[in-house]
Amino acid sequence: MIDNIIIFTNQVSRYIIPFLLVGIPFYGLIIKKVKVYESFVEGAKDGFDIALRIIPYLVAILVAIGMFRASGAMDLLISLIAPLLNIIGFPPENLPLAFMRPLSGSGSLGLFTDLVNQYGTDSIFTKIGATMFGSTETTFYVLAVYFGSVGIRKSRHALIAGLIADAVGILSAVYICKIIFI
Amino acid sequence: MLNYIWFGLIFISVVVGTITGRIDQVTDAAITMSKTSVEIAIGLIGIMALWLGTMKIAEDSGLIQIIAKSLRPITIRLFPDVPSDHPAIGSIVLNMAANMLGLGNAATPLGLKAMKELQELNKHKDTATDAMCTFLAINTSSVQIILPATVVGLMGAAANQIFITTIIATGMSTVAAIISVKVLSKMKRFRIETNNQ
Repeated sequence: MIDNIIIFTNQVSRYIIPFLLVGIPFYGLIIKKVKVYESFVEGAKDGFDIALRIIPYLVAILVAIGMFRASGAMDLLISLIAPLLNIIGFPPENLPLAFMRPLSGSGSLGLFTDLVNQYGTDSIFTKIGATMFGSTETTFYVLAVYFGSVGIRKSRHALIAGLIADAVGILSAVYICKIIFI
Repeated sequence: MLNYIWFGLIFISVVVGTITGRIDQVTDAAITMSKTSVEIAIGLIGIMALWLGTMKIAEDSGLIQIIAKSLRPITIRLFPDVPSDHPAIGSIVLNMAANMLGLGNAATPLGLKAMKELQELNKHKDTATDAMCTFLAINTSSVQIILPATVVGLMGAAANQIFITTIIATGMSTVAAIISVKVLSKMKRFRIETNNQ
């Protein structure tokens, strides 16, 4: 029963991105008579800016992570914490991303990129990482920008609530991926 | 904080590399990774453009506004202190809709507009209201139902498999955000101090 649901959702999910790619322009052009080509080009321009803007962040983080791993310090850290994480079934490979995610969007993107490079896109670690990335936010950054924009200094319970949400998202990512992909 | 984490990684690398005798590998890694970073970013340009272009069509054809309308009954329950016809509700809903579709660029300006409108209802200008904390917690829990363009770019075809897991995990974190924000707002240490007005 559960296996059938998983097979079904995997089948459905294969079609989600193609469906969006055809469905959104269909709605725009056929139903709303939007100039979809012009809209697309207009939006696509931002892709170039964003990709260029992340270069300094990627360099900063990937160099630091690359050095950390090459020195053997990452292996040391993982072997130290791994027994503890094994008890709750948390893969140590996803530990750096889990810690970095609330702190920095660019930093966690660097760590996620590192997972893809090291384990490939079919690895369970990459899948857990991608799910973590999609289900949590850079809490500290959002808090600073949103509250800072209107001069709020007393943030009350916002930060703690945001961090609880991050922790729940990260742990959910691990267990959901383990149930579905293993 | 990121400053200390970043410096800590480099500092520990050099110290551990010196002890383990892998200092040459540490140097190589620094140079290779800086090159790799640029290659990755350049490779992302195409897929980012594809994703953001499609989302711009959704914006221009009013799909985002339709989602905004359909979410209105939920937002009235989430923000009981804000009058349902107040402009802040519209901005909050549009911000969440943009977040759901992974439109980070559109979400931030809409979120800041919502904060400005919520601030108009605030009696203590330097203290966050319940509505502001709820809005922020939901935002940081990430309500997106469409994967970030960067993740799709890096995952390639495997991105399809992550879709379902992300929706479930993000749903859990959003529920956790709402429950914790509602519970915490009633705790004594998080109450607004009314005596110093």
